[in-house]
Amino acid sequence: MTGRLEATLRTRIDGGGKCLVPYITGGYPGWVDAVRACAANGADAIEIGIPFSDPVMDGPVIQQASQIALEGGATPVSIFQEIRTLDIGIPLAVMCYYNTVFHAGHERFANDLVAAGVSAAIVPDLPLEEAGDWCVAADAAGIETVMLAAPTAPDNRLPLVAERARGFVYSVGLLGVTGERKELALTATILAARVKKITNKPVLIGVGVSNAAQAVEASRVADGVIMGASVVNRMMDGGSEAVGLFVAEVRGALDRASW
Amino acid sequence: MSILQTPGSDGRFGEFGGRYVPETLVPACQELEVAFEDAWNDPLFRADLDQLLREYAGRPSMITECHNLSEQLGIRLFLKREDLNHTGSHKINNVLGQVLLAKRMGKKRIVAETGAGQHGVASATAAALLGLECKVYMGEVDIARQELNVFRMRLLGAEVEGVTSGSRTLKDAVNEAMRDWVASVETTHYCLGSVMGPHPYPFMVRQFHRVIGDEAFEQMNDATGTSPDFVVACVGGGSNAMGIFSGFIDTPARLIGVEPAGGAAVSRGQPGVVHGMKSFLMQDEYGQVAEAHSISAGLDYPGVGPEHSYLASIGRAEYPTVTDDEVIAGFQLMSRSEGIIPALECAHAMAWISREAKNMQGKTVLMNLSGRGDKDVGQMMSILKDLT
Ligand SMILES: Cc1ncc(COP(=O)(O)O)c(C=O)c1O
Repeated sequence: MTGRLEATLRTRIDGGGKCLVPYITGGYPGWVDAVRACAANGADAIEIGIPFSDPVMDGPVIQQASQIALEGGATPVSIFQEIRTLDIGIPLAVMCYYNTVFHAGHERFANDLVAAGVSAAIVPDLPLEEAGDWCVAADAAGIETVMLAAPTAPDNRLPLVAERARGFVYSVGLLGVTGERKELALTATILAARVKKITNKPVLIGVGVSNAAQAVEASRVADGVIMGASVVNRMMDGGSEAVGLFVAEVRGALDRASW
Repeated sequence: MSILQTPGSDGRFGEFGGRYVPETLVPACQELEVAFEDAWNDPLFRADLDQLLREYAGRPSMITECHNLSEQLGIRLFLKREDLNHTGSHKINNVLGQVLLAKRMGKKRIVAETGAGQHGVASATAAALLGLECKVYMGEVDIARQELNVFRMRLLGAEVEGVTSGSRTLKDAVNEAMRDWVASVETTHYCLGSVMGPHPYPFMVRQFHRVIGDEAFEQMNDATGTSPDFVVACVGGGSNAMGIFSGFIDTPARLIGVEPAGGAAVSRGQPGVVHGMKSFLMQDEYGQVAEAHSISAGLDYPGVGPEHSYLASIGRAEYPTVTDDEVIAGFQLMSRSEGIIPALECAHAMAWISREAKNMQGKTVLMNLSGRGDKDVGQMMSILKDLT
């Protein structure tokens, strides 16, 4: 069965468009307004980060946002409570490190996501070989588990990753952690092309997609992009207004480009 | 069958261990697993490593019977002298193995995390010897309390980068080294400093440190005609402890891993996942990793290697704690009684032995003296003010 996240992305793709999924660090002061600003300015779905003490896949910007959120007392429970009140009409995915899931317990965490109205989960330190137990619980609860495909994956690994992915396949844009880069890495489109070749699921590029031009460049090959540090940076500097302007700018660029 | 486990491809010791890393690093861990197995079974690699351990690190390290302390405490105390290795701690055993392996894999660069700086110094040393570039991540708190080692690393040609995130200690240095590795994996080997991290590290690092226990088993046999009643080591990630436990795991010896009260993963933690492994971990009610607090930078870590969690879970090893004050007393006790200044890390083992001696009267106790205390003298000067 196709889940809500994948169905929503497919609708955009089938209509000839490209998907835009901004990332917001949950619990950061003003994050709920930032999520609303994303939704109001053309996001197809939103990724909400559950801050973790040891975010190994994140660069300085998201690390800092996570730390501020934690210092402000954010917890998975408090974030879920706020998510429940959002009612913004587009699917939500949480991005969380595995200990958050493991500590709560797989079934409980999956059920908490369902209760909060979240469609999907991205767990960047839970690779294929370790994902089995969580995926059983997530599948049973109807939570779509997005899997990451990395530039280092050999050809025989990508189909296994894509096969297990629900929602979309997260094609990692570069060798490295989240953060803004001047240029889109060459590996971004090379990997996305490799993934596109072996799956019919939506393929979105994330990590190192930093502005509208890069989003368009990435979407020449992929079905769309996830934008993290660039969005969080704007949230930290200019609040929800800056987030809204930025998302609208990227949306506009994606909509104007001819594919 | 030995209690010492060889994990399968799932990297598990019982329920602990595994490989919880970003997808980007999975192929590198798989490649390392294969390369290590290949090298470990290759007599030429083993001969190269043995030669380095002998002619460069100074192995075998001797055992010393502590007559003064034995008399004072009513036990028969032996020390395994890892403090006498080149660079001053057990860390060199693992590092020579990993750097030799990194070269064999065609890597040009290593990254390492360090707490007390001993693993960083050992890494910088091996990189200098074998011609690899070396970058060491170290928390800013540790940089302040281990200045000497920072300078030593730089002298050896390594780049030392201060880590300002989180608790600015060992845990955060591991995070930063992993972030570097995610970005540099094609040319770089992550030279992890303890029996922790994703598979195959806990297994591989233990194999490189087994030499401690294997030597000590023979040495104790020669000295006493039998194996000791107690084998005692400090536990940060747990590499020196796993090294010496390996030699005695199938004997009746009680295995004691001493943790700092402020970094007691086994006694105060619960199973959790961080730094690529499932193991006991100090954490809060939501799974946020707790910040450890220990006088010793090398033990200031909220987790522990997965094999220790396994040994604790089956009751084969015990993991008591000692307080910072007991450690300071242990540090002085060994210095004054034996003329050996221990590293603050293994002063934890000394502290436990002196506290528990009353319950071990007449017993033979082998303690792993994992490192020498020179690096800690500056820090201790500010604590033992009446001596300055
Ligand atoms: C002398 C010494 N002993 C012990 C340790 C702790 O590490 P492990 O528990 O891996 O032996 C360190 C770490 O820095 C050390 O320098």
